Amino acid sequence: MQNELHPRLRLMVAMFVSLFLFVGCSSTSQEPVQQQEPVEEPAPPAQPKAKAPVDFAPGGLDPIDSRGRPISRTFFFEYDKAVLSASDLASLELHAKILRRNSSRSLVIEGHCDERGTREYNLALGEQRANAVRSFLRSAGVSSRQLETVSYGEEQPSDPGHNEGAWSRNRRAVLSYR
Amino acid sequence: MSNNLRVAAFCFFIVLNSLAYGSLDTIIIDQGQDDPVRIAVVPFEIDSELSEQINLSDIISFDLVRSGQFQPLASENMLSFPSDADNVFFRDWRILKTDYLLIGKASLSIDKKVSVFFELFDVVNERKMETRRFLVDLVNWRDVAHKISDLVYEQITGIRGAFSTQIMYVLAKNAGTTNATYSLQIADSDGERTRTLIESPEPILSASWSPDGNRVAYVTFETGRPSIVIEAIDGSYRKRITNFRGINGSPVFSPDGGSLALVLSRDGDPEIFIMDLETEVLRRVTRHHAIDTEPSWSPDGKSIIFTSDRGGRPQIYRVELSTNFIERLTFVGDYNARARLLPDGQHLVFVHRKDGVFHIAWQDLERDNIQVLTETALDESPSLAPNGTMLIYATQNQGRGILAVVSIDGRVKYRLPSSLGDVREPAWSPFNDGFKKW
Repeated sequence: MQNELHPRLRLMVAMFVSLFLFVGCSSTSQEPVQQQEPVEEPAPPAQPKAKAPVDFAPGGLDPIDSRGRPISRTFFFEYDKAVLSASDLASLELHAKILRRNSSRSLVIEGHCDERGTREYNLALGEQRANAVRSFLRSAGVSSRQLETVSYGEEQPSDPGHNEGAWSRNRRAVLSYR
Repeated sequence: MSNNLRVAAFCFFIVLNSLAYGSLDTIIIDQGQDDPVRIAVVPFEIDSELSEQINLSDIISFDLVRSGQFQPLASENMLSFPSDADNVFFRDWRILKTDYLLIGKASLSIDKKVSVFFELFDVVNERKMETRRFLVDLVNWRDVAHKISDLVYEQITGIRGAFSTQIMYVLAKNAGTTNATYSLQIADSDGERTRTLIESPEPILSASWSPDGNRVAYVTFETGRPSIVIEAIDGSYRKRITNFRGINGSPVFSPDGGSLALVLSRDGDPEIFIMDLETEVLRRVTRHHAIDTEPSWSPDGKSIIFTSDRGGRPQIYRVELSTNFIERLTFVGDYNARARLLPDGQHLVFVHRKDGVFHIAWQDLERDNIQVLTETALDESPSLAPNGTMLIYATQNQGRGILAVVSIDGRVKYRLPSSLGDVREPAWSPFNDGFKKW
């Protein structure tokens, strides 16, 4: 492996790199520095500002991460509980980032329960689940203006079955972007 | 009387009820006391013009059967068919070991009215106990049948009959799908004459009656969140009562009809409030960061019982309104919710989870003993008949939401499935003095 570059090439690389640094940092930067010397490699085109991250898939309702993959909008809960898991929080961190970056967008957080237990108590439990999501997003710097919660209790199951599988799929919070 | 005859009688009534129009079937599971009162309900003498349209004795017999306390004699076993006192020979009925005899007549009167007359006899003592005559519009003939059942029941048991009452419930079709419809329905206590009060594409729950039977309050999701509406039974008005952010739930009229207990979570967590229906002023009753919900009133209107998980799990509590003193009422089991007091104010019915299964249970508040009333699972929403003898609740059967009735002593059980969809959230009406039709 070559450790030593030809001194002239070294200078070229240094200027090349400094060009990028100079351009990439500041929004109030001056004109990009033009290369002063003839070079053997083709001149890199003038770089525009760093591209804004794309937060939503086409349609604007499904959030995506920096690699374009969809971020989960549904979070599941254990029976009688309104506690988010560590991986839930990691996903919610991504949602928080998007909401902080897109202050005109808002989120409706739905809370749901499985069919067991009484309906009104389940409205309250559903609300606790939605609130758990809301609290985390607030603590991650999202404005309360952008957050709305609604509990459906056991009224809108995603799975109409009457077994453990259906019940676990129904204990959820769902995020919908506006 | 042999058991076979009893079974035959029940089967007859099951078939009868399935053939009659109405979206709630009534299927008897358990017939009640081992030693029921034996009564003969003789087919009434009915004018030939009417006999196609009305059948009073069948309605009356079925009412009495559903109470679990009576065993009507099958008509094929009757030795005679009197329709007035002159033709009653008590020996004919003593031979059949019948204790009581009900006879009557119905005839068409002027202006499309029907005149109904009945007589109730004590067979053993050979005396007339009760007699009455009614004149009603023909369309209301079922009301007369139920009224007669009430009178017979009260004469013999000493308890006011609740056969002239209504059941309100929610019918959910295609629930949870995009073409779901939810409707608030009212039916007679025998499941007949169902009618729709309102229909919505959004869920409806927690329907409750005003004490005069003229209004209902319920929770609807039509605004996108649970909000409370009061509506007149005759559809003459409808008013949204609260639509705060968060939950607006569990509306229950006070015994004097002047206030509504309800639940709001607008202040951060669900709390019990009372709204004065005239001034619309809200008074907050609970102040605790836990879930406080599902209020209902004591019969004297002085306290409210409610569900709270302030102790960690849902249990039943009572708050005395004048002092705000709160005491816990349930101590058995890890989930007790949605309680209702019996008219005597000394007993509670509620949803009780035992071994992971949700049943309806009964508790004596003085002696603290608890009794599970149901053998069904996923039970919810118990509602008492106004005479405190029966309760209706929602449960599941073969993956379908159905209503079920159980007597307070646990002996009578019957089911009310609907062929149209899932039924849930039943509310038994008060005594209907408010809507007398005669």
